[in-house]
Amino acid sequence: MSETLLLDSKAIHLLLHRLANQLLEHHLDFSDTVLIGLQPRGIYFANRLGELLREEYGIKDLSLGYLDITFFRDDFRRSQEPLKANKTKIDFLVENKKVVFIDDVLYTGRSIQSALSAIQSFGRPKAIELLVLIDRRFSRHLPIQPNYRGRQVDAINQERVKVCWKENEGEDAVYILNNTL
Amino acid sequence: MSQLSVPHLLGIKNLTESDIQLVFETADQFKEVLGRPIKKVPSLRDVTIANIFFENSTRTKLSFELAEKRLSADVINFSAGQSSVKKGETLVDTVNNILAMKVDMVVMRHHHAGAAMFLSKHVKASIVNAGDGAHEHPTQALLDAYSIRERLGDVAGKRVLIVGDILHSRVALSNIFALQKLGATVTVCGPQSLIPRYIEELGVEVAIDFDQALKKADVVNMLRVQNERMEYSYFPSTREYVMQYGLTSERLGRLDHTPLIMHPGPINRGVELSSEIADSSDAIILDQVENGVAVRMAVLYLLASAM
Repeated sequence: MSETLLLDSKAIHLLLHRLANQLLEHHLDFSDTVLIGLQPRGIYFANRLGELLREEYGIKDLSLGYLDITFFRDDFRRSQEPLKANKTKIDFLVENKKVVFIDDVLYTGRSIQSALSAIQSFGRPKAIELLVLIDRRFSRHLPIQPNYRGRQVDAINQERVKVCWKENEGEDAVYILNNTL
Repeated sequence: MSQLSVPHLLGIKNLTESDIQLVFETADQFKEVLGRPIKKVPSLRDVTIANIFFENSTRTKLSFELAEKRLSADVINFSAGQSSVKKGETLVDTVNNILAMKVDMVVMRHHHAGAAMFLSKHVKASIVNAGDGAHEHPTQALLDAYSIRERLGDVAGKRVLIVGDILHSRVALSNIFALQKLGATVTVCGPQSLIPRYIEELGVEVAIDFDQALKKADVVNMLRVQNERMEYSYFPSTREYVMQYGLTSERLGRLDHTPLIMHPGPINRGVELSSEIADSSDAIILDQVENGVAVRMAVLYLLASAM
């Protein structure tokens, strides 16, 4: 198995700032917007963006939650691996708000489809946007595209994108793993 | 671990500690789901569940049915009173006829101990025991332990006192298994006539003096006196039972601590519990009912995921 570094910590730092700026451009003071990190891997990215917006860009009242989509997945009883649920933490209303889903990698689009169903349980958002760190082009199963993306990659199906975060894996980095070699 | 070690839920005896912890962790997530404006998830949309009740039930049946519907399963209900069982049909035939309508899971309550185990060996479906005679009532024990964990943070190390009709109680047996697997110490207390012989073999302490036993209890689970299962009188009078084993504020007032008070319902007010105690904030009877739905959702979800 080979491992290629796609983004190092400096590149991720720049991407985070660019994405935070893009969000600011569209959502101004975030009074009408909520950020939702998708469990399990999107929450680290969402926390980083949240931290940046609060500390560097002075957004005081930022609503940030986590959504677990396990019970809404379309591969329940179809996948080999049993699905284990994670914590959902949304302690604000999404009714009539602009929701931004945040995830690390956009691949088939099925998680996003599940998240679109899951968020309905919390009310009817005014609009939903999608922000991802890595957009794996050409591997979508559904007509879903991100509104904001960190980097677009053309990984083939045998390849896997691994996103590491300092708080979890000890470093900020994105690797492409190739199982065929 | 994210899967149960068993294909059916027949009793707590067959579960491992990590099975129970997995049910709790999954129930935590379902409890969050039940707090949402829309309390439904689509997980079991392609699963059909039959609730087969050969014995009366209000709470358990409603709780299972609600859990199934919150998981989007299709549900059919069957009560023995209005069925062909009265015409002499056997249990296996009745259930196989229901399964012929493409049912995936069966939730069954039966008046005979071992009925769920018997069914699991003869029919092709995942079986959930909703109470079999005086044997086990696993989901009740899971929700009881879950409620203790929720209130006290952990079950391990807690001293739990189970009081009343231990002899006829499936709740007592399942609770003993569940609490011990989770590391709690269990004492059973009641009139000698309602304590099964050799129960010490299960590793529980037996107490006859309720007041003494209460002093050491972190949790007290008051069981109902099951008059319907008693062929003859096990104690001289209800009045005498209340005097010795009824939980009243006077009795609690003599303690230097207040234990957590539980009851699996239905309560005989004024017998096991005084009304004052049943409605007090130390009693978590309605929390138990609320947690019942989340715990049953977790059990059904985990069993279905392995089907």
